[in-house]
Amino acid sequence: MKKTFLPCEEANIVCDKSQYSEASFMEIIKLNLHLLYCKACRTYSANNAKLSQLFKKVKPATLQADQKNKLQKEIEEQLKKQ
Amino acid sequence: MPNHEINPNNWVKLYSDYLYNYTITRVNDHEVAQDLISETFMAGLKSMKNFKGEASERTWLISILKRKIIDHYRKINSNKGKAEVRVNFSSNEDSEGDWLEERVSDPHNRNAETAIENTELGNAIQNCLGKLPKKQAHIFEMKTILNYDTETICNELEITASNLWVIIHRARTAMASCLEKNWF
Repeated sequence: MKKTFLPCEEANIVCDKSQYSEASFMEIIKLNLHLLYCKACRTYSANNAKLSQLFKKVKPATLQADQKNKLQKEIEEQLKKQ
Repeated sequence: MPNHEINPNNWVKLYSDYLYNYTITRVNDHEVAQDLISETFMAGLKSMKNFKGEASERTWLISILKRKIIDHYRKINSNKGKAEVRVNFSSNEDSEGDWLEERVSDPHNRNAETAIENTELGNAIQNCLGKLPKKQAHIFEMKTILNYDTETICNELEITASNLWVIIHRARTAMASCLEKNWF
């Protein structure tokens, strides 16, 4: 990404990356520059941040990896028996 | 009608989180939920022959799980005494003679409300995840809920980073519009 002015698609991807804190410093600057003149991407960024907030608020319950492995083993054993 | 196939080796990967979330909101106990899911998978394996492919695997597993949850409540309620609520005056000497009403939980305590809201949100999220294409949902879940590194996901699924971000972008857009109505 050598361009100073990002097209919307790239700006959106940078916005996604920044939600996971994986955007580089230059990318964030370019994103903010883009947001200055692009209303659609401003809306997208705002919604994107809200989505992240929702996921922060509730951790959907998940099983731990070792519990999943146990389940997987049980299934494999049962399959052998059949 | 599309014919669905059954593949038990993918069950844990694809459905265990969904089933767990479904169960935990109904039994509120981690151990019990885990046992019920395990029982569900076993029952599913035993009756694999009866799977006609009319419903998706997930729907089919959920229908088994529902039975298991009902059975669970039947079992714990069969001993009627356990279900009885006994109200006793406090045995604590300090509060001897206090009115029972004073021990009722604080109505301004918002914990219960927040907990309900969180379960509802959890359900809504799982629901929306279910509507995404399988691959998108899987990647989005790994990234957002399980917090895997980009690199780990890319290696595991053999995709490039830019490929991953495009998939994440599509998933996020879909999730946003799905959750928009009730949660934004």
